[in-house]
Amino acid sequence: MARKILFQDAIREALDQEMARDPSVIVMGEDVVGGTGAPGEMDAWGGVLGVTKGLYGKYGNRIMDTPISESAFVGAAVGAATCGMRPVVELMFIDFMGVCFDQIYNQAAKFRYMFGGKAQTPVVVRTMIGAGFRAAAQHSQCLYPMFTHVPGLKVVVPSSPYDAKGLLIQAIRDNDPVIFCEHKALYAMEGEVPEESYTIPFGEANVVREGKDVTVVALGRMVGFATKVADDLAKGGISCEVIDPRTTSPFDEDTVLESVENTGRLVVVDEASPRCGMAADIAALVAQKGFSFLEAPIEMVTAPHTPVPFNGVLEDLYIPGPAKIEAAIRKVKGYKG
Amino acid sequence: MSASDIRPITMPKWGLSMTEGKVVAWLVDEGRTINVGDELLDIETEKIANTFEALDAGVLRRKVADVDASLPIGALLGVLAPASVSDADVDAYIAEFQANYVPPAVEEEASGPRYEFLDVHGYRLRYTRTGEGTQIYVLVHGFGGDLDNWLFNIDALAAVGTVYALDLPGHGESTKAVTAGSVQALAEDLCAFLTSLELSGVHLVGHSLGGAICLAAALAHPKLVGALSLLAPAGLGPEINAQYLADFVAGESRRDMKPVLQQLVADPELVNRTMIDAILKYKRLDGVGRALTAIAAGFVAGGKQSVALRGRLGELAIPAQVIWGAEDRIIPASHAAGLPAGVTATVLPGVGHLVQMEAASDVNRLLKG
Amino acid sequence: MSVALSVEDLLEAYRTMRTIREFEDRLHVEFAKGGIPGFVHLYAGEEASATGVCMNLNDHDHIASNHRGHGHSIAKGVDVHGMMAEIFGKRTGTCRGKGGSMHIADFDRGMMGANGIVGGGPPLVCGAALAHKLRGTGGVAVAFFGDGASNQGTTFESMNLASVWKLPVVFVAENNGYAEATASKFSVACGDIATRAAAFGMPGVTVDGHDFFAVFEAMRIATERARRGDGPSLIECKLDRYYGHFEGDNQNYRGPDEVKNLRANKDCLQRFAKALTGDHGIAAESLAAIDRDVLALIEDAVAQALAAPNPEPADLLTDVYIKY
Repeated sequence: MARKILFQDAIREALDQEMARDPSVIVMGEDVVGGTGAPGEMDAWGGVLGVTKGLYGKYGNRIMDTPISESAFVGAAVGAATCGMRPVVELMFIDFMGVCFDQIYNQAAKFRYMFGGKAQTPVVVRTMIGAGFRAAAQHSQCLYPMFTHVPGLKVVVPSSPYDAKGLLIQAIRDNDPVIFCEHKALYAMEGEVPEESYTIPFGEANVVREGKDVTVVALGRMVGFATKVADDLAKGGISCEVIDPRTTSPFDEDTVLESVENTGRLVVVDEASPRCGMAADIAALVAQKGFSFLEAPIEMVTAPHTPVPFNGVLEDLYIPGPAKIEAAIRKVKGYKG
Repeated sequence: MSASDIRPITMPKWGLSMTEGKVVAWLVDEGRTINVGDELLDIETEKIANTFEALDAGVLRRKVADVDASLPIGALLGVLAPASVSDADVDAYIAEFQANYVPPAVEEEASGPRYEFLDVHGYRLRYTRTGEGTQIYVLVHGFGGDLDNWLFNIDALAAVGTVYALDLPGHGESTKAVTAGSVQALAEDLCAFLTSLELSGVHLVGHSLGGAICLAAALAHPKLVGALSLLAPAGLGPEINAQYLADFVAGESRRDMKPVLQQLVADPELVNRTMIDAILKYKRLDGVGRALTAIAAGFVAGGKQSVALRGRLGELAIPAQVIWGAEDRIIPASHAAGLPAGVTATVLPGVGHLVQMEAASDVNRLLKG
Repeated sequence: MSVALSVEDLLEAYRTMRTIREFEDRLHVEFAKGGIPGFVHLYAGEEASATGVCMNLNDHDHIASNHRGHGHSIAKGVDVHGMMAEIFGKRTGTCRGKGGSMHIADFDRGMMGANGIVGGGPPLVCGAALAHKLRGTGGVAVAFFGDGASNQGTTFESMNLASVWKLPVVFVAENNGYAEATASKFSVACGDIATRAAAFGMPGVTVDGHDFFAVFEAMRIATERARRGDGPSLIECKLDRYYGHFEGDNQNYRGPDEVKNLRANKDCLQRFAKALTGDHGIAAESLAAIDRDVLALIEDAVAQALAAPNPEPADLLTDVYIKY
């Protein structure tokens, strides 16, 4: 039986193995070493996520604490990437994109195209997403649709330890800038992960569960919710196919369309805001390219169009949880044109 | 007649990693008289769907498991009993079985000493050892496979002997960096594996490329090998589906791999999502692409097999047999024809290249001799 | 002057400055004729800065530039024909017609790109410097930015980061007195931008950006410090641009005869030529020969750019990740 490890350890293992394999891989971010210049132990913390703990001891100055100046250090990672390094930079929360977005969407994303194919920017921005931690409006968002909107960026939203390791190694080896979105509720998730290095190609959706009645497309933390709901509904005779796109850019259109062709019904689950989000994007894709397959209107299960609330009662209402997913599946299944 | 004549049909355990199976379809109706070996129901595991054949005889009195139900190994699927047993006794038996049934603990599944590793020629080779008998079987998978290719065979053979199954270099969980990918080199690796485990006179069972490796091993080190079973082996003729090998190496996605893998079997429905996922997970590992390329180059060149061992079959002084699926789309079953007198050949109708999975009971019977 | 430049070096510097001047003057004309699409920001008048800085660099060192980047590119050795074709949007351009004037880049020459975002370059330069530092190449990275970008948070953050990480960076603030139309006297809260260096723990110096020798010497000191591993420096070059913020800018925010007086009295090229023919004893004919070469070069670059093909329609979808 394959070894089981936590999502956060899968990420550390990916960083560790890639740093060991390729000396151009470097890691930087706030507290990623965990105490540069402080009187205590240098490698004590490994960042607010604990993900990078132990790497300083192995790789020394290839992992660097930064001042809290996201524009400078994200930009430095981008610049170093154009000069032959493979930086993995940690943007602690995706909500902080506001203080470094130019370096990502105007600089990193554009170089290859704008410079006529003569520049490569193999930078990875690892960043935390998602609600559920009572972390309130500025530390809880799922802003990956905003990055998905930008040509030239690749955007990854892993949903399991296996995917996290393989997709992160792929991200590090990829020659384009990659935004790697880690849902904070998944860090403690356990799953089978090979000890060897491996890569999962981008733009290859995972069919988490096969089914014939309803296609459910879900991302990140929502994949687990959707799979649980699908398992429960299977006992009652509703067979759901759960698809995890794994990357929002590139996006695996074919797998979604093939599935909807078989099921005729689509529910899209996305923790992001509803307007111009992935749910709307995927729904539009299927409406445009798979209209003839559809036997019921597409259902979108998303957060409401509000900031993320602090109060636990409100935040739980905010998150598109299993009950909402189940209701949407029942609605499309029961639709009688 | 009494309740002691009642026989349960339970979820089988096919291979080490199987913890549960899903009932895909019942193939017989209640009231039917069942003989040992009759096809009872289709069961899907993580690896592959397969038909479950009766281990006991009797009348199928009750189908307990519903279609689409996923059940742990050992769970009650149905009940066989002579017609003379009353319905009340059958009901009582089912009630008692269900009351006492405890699914195998997941912790136990995960922690036991399941896979072993052995260092050979600079490789770390993964293998399993199952059973206790003095007859030793050593099972060698084919190109791109691993020891799980034998999941329908290991337990059956373990009933009559000790069964070893290994991952060849570059495969499964063995070392991926292959230093020499020729059939001859892999045969030497296999023999070193046997020698390290102090095994000799074994019954070598090789599938496809593994067949050529076993044959080469038996020719090079006759003392190690006491019997030889070659399943759809390479090495007995020039024809091979070289496109399959190329596509297997190149395929990156589920969509790429499905039609490729479906060529392995006569019934394409047998190739399910988890089987494809397992192969993709293997192929994504660092070094696998290089290993497969090196090994493919060791036995195929210019669209033909480059290893010709047919002419040397006559040198074998041990019992040897060849088993082939008539519908093999990788290496044609015609290679089973015209073998020397000492080598028996069986061609199974309606079966493809993955003969030990698609016709497990037939193959197991032939392997048990 | 602590390091004597050879005659060859001086003639090379003159050739660079003259090339920039002719390039920009010609673009001014070609833009007015309507042949050049988009926005063009000309560097004429500031040649001594780019040239004095880049004479201290080699191909392995890096620079990041800004919207007014033609001079930096030429001084760093980017091919003039490729640049001209790029500015005309042609397929033969440095960026195959997909970047234009504001996005000329040539990584083979260590030119990390002009940049359309004011303050976009300094963070990138920290990254280039980090790569040099981690690899122990002894290379340096230079951020050219203007008085406008000197007020950007990215610039402050980058100066801090470069100092904290002791990066081999030279920050070159080219203060031409105007951020677009707004005077730096209004927008820069301190008198000299160079005084900001102290806040980030690095040396800062203000030099006369019309004086090639002053720029060269300040940069020589800063580059040596960077290559030694002692960290970043800030150089402020006070200078003037001859054209508007962009071509088409009527410059009514500038004083009457301001540019006319600058050209007559402070021109960096005239001043450099005078020094060469005077103190350095170089024959005027040597400079005139360079002038003729440069004129022919620019003439040929324009002719080739005009004759070059546009990108193919298929080029729209190349050089970006596309699988939609």
